[in-house]
Amino acid sequence: MTIHLSIIIFLPLATGLIGAVLPRGYARWAVLAGTVAVLAYTIVLLADFDSGARGLQYVTDDEWIPELGIRYQLGVDGLNLFMVVLTAVTWVPCTLVAAFREHERERLFFFWLALAETAVLGVFMAQDLALFIIFFDLMLVPFYFLIGGWGTGDRVRATTMFVIYTLVGSLLMLAAAVALGVLATPDGGEISFSLAVLEQRSVPEGTQHWIVLLFALAFFVKAPLFPLHGWVPATYRSTSIPVLALLSAVLSKAGVYGFLRIVLPVMPEGSQHWQELFIIVAVFSILYGSILAFSQDNIRLVVAYSSIAQLGFITLGIFALEDKGAQGAVFQMLNHGLVVVPLFLIIGVIAARANGSQSLEQLGGMAFRAPVLAALFLIVSFATLAMPGSANFIGEILVLFGTFEDKFVYGLVASIGVILASVYMIRVFQRTMHNRVGPKVESREIDGINLAAVAPLVAVIVALGIYPNFVVERTERSTVQSIEAAKALSGNRPEISVIR
Amino acid sequence: MSLLAQVQAPEIDYKLLSPVLALVGGCIVVVMVGLLRSQFVRRSLVPGLTAVTLLIAIGLTIWIWDPGDEEPIIEGALAMDTLTLGLSMLFYAAGLVTILLSIRADAPRVAGQGEYYALLLGSIAGMVVLVGAENLITLFIGIEVLSIPLYVLCATELYRRESLESGLKYLVIGSVGSATLLYGLALIYGAAGSMQFDKIAAALGGDELSVTDPLLLTGIALTMTGLAFKASVAPFHQWTPDVYQGAPTPITTFMAVATKAAAFGILLRLFGDALGLAQLDWAPALAVLAATTIVIGNVGAIAQRSLKRLLAWSSIAQAGYLLAGVVVGTNLGVQATVFYLAVYLLMNVAAFAVVVARERVSEHGDDLSSFENLGQSNPWLAWPMTIAMLSLAGFPATAGFIGKFFLIDASVDGDYTWLGIAIVVGSILSLAYYLRVVAAMWMGRYEIEMPSVPPRRVKPISGWSPEADTRAQPEVAAVAIICAAATILFGLWPDPLFDAARDVGTALSQLR
Repeated sequence: MTIHLSIIIFLPLATGLIGAVLPRGYARWAVLAGTVAVLAYTIVLLADFDSGARGLQYVTDDEWIPELGIRYQLGVDGLNLFMVVLTAVTWVPCTLVAAFREHERERLFFFWLALAETAVLGVFMAQDLALFIIFFDLMLVPFYFLIGGWGTGDRVRATTMFVIYTLVGSLLMLAAAVALGVLATPDGGEISFSLAVLEQRSVPEGTQHWIVLLFALAFFVKAPLFPLHGWVPATYRSTSIPVLALLSAVLSKAGVYGFLRIVLPVMPEGSQHWQELFIIVAVFSILYGSILAFSQDNIRLVVAYSSIAQLGFITLGIFALEDKGAQGAVFQMLNHGLVVVPLFLIIGVIAARANGSQSLEQLGGMAFRAPVLAALFLIVSFATLAMPGSANFIGEILVLFGTFEDKFVYGLVASIGVILASVYMIRVFQRTMHNRVGPKVESREIDGINLAAVAPLVAVIVALGIYPNFVVERTERSTVQSIEAAKALSGNRPEISVIR
Repeated sequence: MSLLAQVQAPEIDYKLLSPVLALVGGCIVVVMVGLLRSQFVRRSLVPGLTAVTLLIAIGLTIWIWDPGDEEPIIEGALAMDTLTLGLSMLFYAAGLVTILLSIRADAPRVAGQGEYYALLLGSIAGMVVLVGAENLITLFIGIEVLSIPLYVLCATELYRRESLESGLKYLVIGSVGSATLLYGLALIYGAAGSMQFDKIAAALGGDELSVTDPLLLTGIALTMTGLAFKASVAPFHQWTPDVYQGAPTPITTFMAVATKAAAFGILLRLFGDALGLAQLDWAPALAVLAATTIVIGNVGAIAQRSLKRLLAWSSIAQAGYLLAGVVVGTNLGVQATVFYLAVYLLMNVAAFAVVVARERVSEHGDDLSSFENLGQSNPWLAWPMTIAMLSLAGFPATAGFIGKFFLIDASVDGDYTWLGIAIVVGSILSLAYYLRVVAAMWMGRYEIEMPSVPPRRVKPISGWSPEADTRAQPEVAAVAIICAAATILFGLWPDPLFDAARDVGTALSQLR
């Protein structure tokens, strides 16, 4: 029983509230300090994490709403350790960049940004289904205001679409979760939404089918996966860069994380039942995302569609129901998040050099006077396209290996996505950095603030490429455990452990 | 003399009856005092006395609060159990809020202060009698005492056509509803041979009355229809938007929260207590009504620009959610309904209070455009409205989320899982209009600088005083802020409400 996780979760919110009462101009520093403190705390947590231990660590378990069986239950294990770290790591640079921009109603902006971090951390740490859903939906509120209040272009329509799409999914998930909790309660038993309890109890298989489907709907919208990605183009166009980086890096992971944390362990029969469907959705997303990423003119949308493809890979890895696949998926969740943030921050820099234009048509030639920018962008691009030597490469290979075990054809089709990724990323790099200097482009080096935000992330990407085992050995045990039950049902043969 | 000797006066437990007596007494005092001509008496003393009456009633209610299965008083006519007392707390709270919102309103001035507030108290007394009804006659008396003052109150802004129209429309439709209800009650009496709820239940439990008795079935159907008019359950909801829009906004607030709570109180008692054993007769029909109401209410709200109409349609949708708690016919369902009624009061009062504040100063009245950029010009009103909207839509960390969670929980538990999903689908539809209000307040165009005090003195829609701007009506802002704060508080720490709901549930302990 510890309080550490609660401190991590609510620290950002506290700084946001403090910022709201401070005089104008100070809120940004309060919130930034909060994100840094959270990062420091999570680094200590990471160092202290016992990768050999079974089960959850730093558990917090209190009664919250006993009448409804909702507990305030938090914990960290291999599955969510790096998601928490990812959240803490990405929030700092994004807040930093935002702090040096001018905002209308600044205190409100930073309050929402802080609340968003609290909600996201809550999603990743919650070990009670109802608590998970509460944070999952709460996440939407700050992003709704951040996009609608401080976005560009047709922002109100974009944010409304974003929220309605996501809430359609998550409200249906709410109904499914309540049904799960009530139906799993044995006669005379106390209703409980604690995941540990739900894993012990069982729901009839027929019921599991529709419950899993409703959960999947919510997670697929959030990810987003084809065909539930309708909110993506408008939202990605209208959101301001620091917010968008977070949206893409962290929020998308909440969905796929839900599969590993909730759906697979609690409802193995149901997950196994839909395995084929989910794999097809994943493969479609890979192909669809990659092809569209290739044909976009707006750089933001290239990254947006590439994210759809990446999330497709992650989902594929999870539903291959193989140890390797799942490990690759968990690793890839971290990698994608780490790559997307610098990618979007660099896009922000590029757009600033080109009079706000993000159209590939009008860009070009930026590398001449900005070697550092080009170098950073090159590293990030290579990581995105999963160049051998990068952590993404290892992640994708693990996913594909896992898929090849039992679903060879799907694996083969998915591999096309890897090839397409290199095509669209290299296209973006060339069109922005090389070629002729665009008409309105001013080739200027990356500024100090953005450099300070991007460089550490790039360093982390490089470090993970060199030493991927740092992550894999900490996540392995929990990941294998998460898919164990569903895997046993799918009849896959047991296999020898991963790359070590 | 000999005739009188035969009549036995019923034994009355005056202690339990005291809140009703306080209300009726207060009603008489207020109307008498209101006859005095002094401005001070009319403007201050009359509302003050009304508030004191309500506070006394609240005090008495707390005094006689006693969880458990209470024996009905007055020869089994009225049950002052926790269901009655718990819901009457909501009526008193709604009454107090209405007084605060009315202080600067036009309606009481036009109608005569004494009459306005006395009618308000009379209506509340009717509500208490209605939800406490333990026989069919008391039920009917309650519903009439509740309704007749409201017909008048709706029309109190005599110079406004809409207000008159609202009152007349409510009168006509309400009378149709009452007539239907009366017919239904008569048929139930004919089938069961008794007016008493417990005797009807006993008849159903014994051999003398079969659940497929045609007289009983028709009676249930007509009663359901009559009460559905009052609770604005679709397809008997058409009057709601017009009446809500036309009535003075403080009265709309009162109708939206208190009348609804009263109608659901009697639905719970009648169907849970008297007709509990005939659940198979009414539950499927009521479930279909609930689902229809959810869809119609939410779809109807989408196209609205007038906030009062929007909230009217939203209240129809909320009636659908609440009905789910009645349908399942379990103790959990009762608790969930009562819980949601309390939450519903908070969210709606917060929203209506902001509407009152805005329509007094804005040239757009209660149109959506009078809320544009409110986040910048007047955050103290924008925040309560935002919280109310998010809570109505069921966002977490608000009481609305817990309330919906509880209702879905009760539906699934009562084997009406599909109704739980209908609630969720309704919430999805509702996002379209709730979020539009939020977007108007926070995401309007920045270029338009809205000063916090409008420069022009436009003809206020229902305000009266020259200083009727937001700063000069602190009580309205206070109502909004307190209710919004409570919405958040109960969203994070709902235990007190759960405890109260559980106490209320003990009143219908025969339910599973």
